[in-house]
Amino acid sequence: MSQPNLNDQDGQGHHVAHEHHIVSPKIYLVILLALLVGTALTVWASYIDLGILNPILALAIACTKATLVVLFFMHVKYATKLTKLTVGAGVFTFLILVGMTLADYFSRAWGRW
Amino acid sequence: MSDSRVIAPVEAAHHEHPPYQRHHFETYAQQEDATNFAMWLFLLTEIMFFGGLFTAYLIYRNWYYPAFVAGSHQLSIPLGGLNTLLLITSSFTMAMGVWCAETKKQGGLVLCLILTFILGLGFLGIKTIEYGEKIEKHHVPGFHYSLQSFLDPDSDEAAKAAGDKPMALDMARHTEVYFSLYFAMTGMHAVHMIIGIAILAFMIFRARAGAYTTGHVTFVENFGLYWHFVDIVWIFLFPLLYLISRHQ
Amino acid sequence: MSDTIVSLPDQSTARIPKVNFMSKENGLLSWLLTGDHKRIAILYLISITFFFFIGGALAGLIRLELLTPQSDLMATDTYNKVFTMHGIVMIFLFLVPSVPATLGNFFIPMMIGAKDLALPKINLLSWYLYVGGGILVLYTMMTGGVDTGWTFTTPLSTHYVNTNVLSTGLAVFIAGFSSIFTGLNFIVTIHKMRAPGMTWFRMPLFVWAHYAASILMVLGTPVLAIAIVLVALERTIGIGVFDPTKGGDPLLFQHLFWFYSHPAVYIMILPGMGVISETISTFSRKRVFGYTAVAFSSVAIAVFGFFVWAHHMFIMGISNYSMLVFSLLTMLVAVPSAIKIFNWAFTLYKGSITFETPMLYTFGFMGLFTIGGLTGVFLGSSGTDIHLTETYFIVAHFHFVMVGGMLMAFLAGIHFWWPKMTGRMYPEKISQLAAVVTFIGFNLTFFPQFILGTLGMPRRYASYPPEFQILNVFSTAGATILGVGYLLPVLYLVWSLKYGEIAGNNPWQATGLEWQTQSPPLTENFAEIPIMDHEAYDYEWLEAQKEKEVASVG
Repeated sequence: MSQPNLNDQDGQGHHVAHEHHIVSPKIYLVILLALLVGTALTVWASYIDLGILNPILALAIACTKATLVVLFFMHVKYATKLTKLTVGAGVFTFLILVGMTLADYFSRAWGRW
Repeated sequence: MSDSRVIAPVEAAHHEHPPYQRHHFETYAQQEDATNFAMWLFLLTEIMFFGGLFTAYLIYRNWYYPAFVAGSHQLSIPLGGLNTLLLITSSFTMAMGVWCAETKKQGGLVLCLILTFILGLGFLGIKTIEYGEKIEKHHVPGFHYSLQSFLDPDSDEAAKAAGDKPMALDMARHTEVYFSLYFAMTGMHAVHMIIGIAILAFMIFRARAGAYTTGHVTFVENFGLYWHFVDIVWIFLFPLLYLISRHQ
Repeated sequence: MSDTIVSLPDQSTARIPKVNFMSKENGLLSWLLTGDHKRIAILYLISITFFFFIGGALAGLIRLELLTPQSDLMATDTYNKVFTMHGIVMIFLFLVPSVPATLGNFFIPMMIGAKDLALPKINLLSWYLYVGGGILVLYTMMTGGVDTGWTFTTPLSTHYVNTNVLSTGLAVFIAGFSSIFTGLNFIVTIHKMRAPGMTWFRMPLFVWAHYAASILMVLGTPVLAIAIVLVALERTIGIGVFDPTKGGDPLLFQHLFWFYSHPAVYIMILPGMGVISETISTFSRKRVFGYTAVAFSSVAIAVFGFFVWAHHMFIMGISNYSMLVFSLLTMLVAVPSAIKIFNWAFTLYKGSITFETPMLYTFGFMGLFTIGGLTGVFLGSSGTDIHLTETYFIVAHFHFVMVGGMLMAFLAGIHFWWPKMTGRMYPEKISQLAAVVTFIGFNLTFFPQFILGTLGMPRRYASYPPEFQILNVFSTAGATILGVGYLLPVLYLVWSLKYGEIAGNNPWQATGLEWQTQSPPLTENFAEIPIMDHEAYDYEWLEAQKEKEVASVG
């Protein structure tokens, strides 16, 4: 079985094709149900006062749902290391944009020094 | 160094390749790999594009939290929730469509694409209803924006149902920022949905002609990636815009 | 030891190969609908040269106005439009696509042993988007221009000017997608289309540099796009995201804008650094010192480049803590660039150096980019930046890195690969003269501006206190010389298309796969996909090839 590698080349330097893994409909169904449950959960949680946990929980549920879509509907779980790295790079850069910008806004309230 | 060496025309070993393989690729597998990777890179640009909007949203939600809460109470959870269900289901039907293409089930593929198409249209239809409500109530920034619902919540059905209290004038004015971001984010999302639905229509015709069930599944696969991405954006938009705080 | 490494075929018998990518098909449509990366590169070369001279004319107007302390050549509003359009044209329509879209497009596939880029149609789309953006910029210029500065700072651009912000924004938006698609194409190509044996660490450093720049193009440019969209919405509907009276924050625009525009400067310089790696190796006859360090420093510049954008906003109202963090990170990002300069210098050490035109431009780059980069460190230190920002020190800094650095690297690359692209050599003596003239003109133009900046002359002002005049006169004199220096290459390069000496496959005796094929290349680049069996910059392999040839001929 060929190991997936970033080079996409084998020992002789020939291009190695990534094996095409077909995800079964059963898995898709399970994920669909999980997503629907998550949606119901997040709506329900918004009606309860959990203080600071409300936005945290909402984001956590949304991130979980997104992760399920990425891993299974978008096949990333069965994809090459390169694909996984690419998704990671996108998420990382997004977090830098949001995080460092928000850090400026939050730290303004801290005053001079 | 002499370049007068004559290169005898070498009969390039013309390996058999399927008609849908482009000539600059050595193998079809390479083409598949490359186009799939290209689609992911395009999705990265989309992540960063929406990223700017999410940044703006997070800043202003932090600054004007009460206004954002009041603004979000103007959105209908049943409609928003239904839209979420429609979109998640359309992601499922799209994934099933890819499976049908991979397993060469032409009929199944066409059915799945049509279902995805209909669900997508349904989403846009509900969005139109929601936008219509906003227009009626003058909650569209820049077009006779009205603060009435926030200064006097009892005059507004949605605000009254959510138990809103009257808001101070300056915070009430910040609801306009909330709606600006609401329209910018859902509008940008809707534009992406419209493009996706148009491509789906094209794909349905091609699928009926058998284009995607001969082994050349990349178009369906890569479109699937795009469609799932649009779904993921909504997965975040729904709680951030609709579910800010629904408790008294 | 000869004073040149040029090795041309016997001119009495040499001919341009009859079948090449230019002669393969004829007619306008075969060019306008081409998928051939080399033809697209030529299309880009022509278009960016056109826009370069428009930007240059605008620069001439700026320097003409600044000859005298008063705003007497044009109204101050007009002056604002002139420097704004100069910045927009030079950055988005020249510097960003310069090396990647011309030399990158042409040579990346050849350097890795591929027949074309991964997505030829997207490549052509890139060019059309570029042309579309360019035409829109021209339209903007003809209908009154834009006067906000190329940075579109809010709330000036959203609330206080009546000029063509929207159409310029749209033009930049479109040109931005041209850049995104080019970068996307390069990344896919470099990952997926390398020839057998062409591992990552056997690729020319030119390819590594473009890979790093492409990451920036793909991840950074979309944020500029959304910033422009928000400005457009603010201007048309008045959504209020940047409007303080509606609770918005003008600084949000700057965060989004500079999140792209700082990586943008690395998008501009990295491909130029890629060129320098190639020329410095070829004209020292030595492999680049510390290949791995240079390769990784390219990627490091790309990654770190995303963490420093607020150093453009030190005086704008960010928090003190942000100033501290961004200043620190800016110090870090200087390190990989310095590593490259050290590695190139060590490449020169004990090399067999010759001074053909590409090498003259390379030396110019080494000196001028170093000065520009070091002055960047002064600006990255938030304390000194408070004094120097928004003065001519900034103008001098970025012109040193972009013109003294990037443009020199671009010219080095054009001269270096001209024989490969066209099959003909440019005339060496006049080109060396042009390089020297450019160097002299450049220093006379921009060095006085460092002094002006420290003395306190603000940027973007049409008039200034009379005590600054003498330095401004030097600067304008230098600009005139610089103009001559840039005009000459256009003239002699076009001349060389008909009258230049036939170059042959490898006039520089360079390593690299592109030099092992005919000049100009075949449409499919290689008759057979080559198999890479040696390291990059392997001059011994090159010697062995020559010996094999000598042994096999006759």
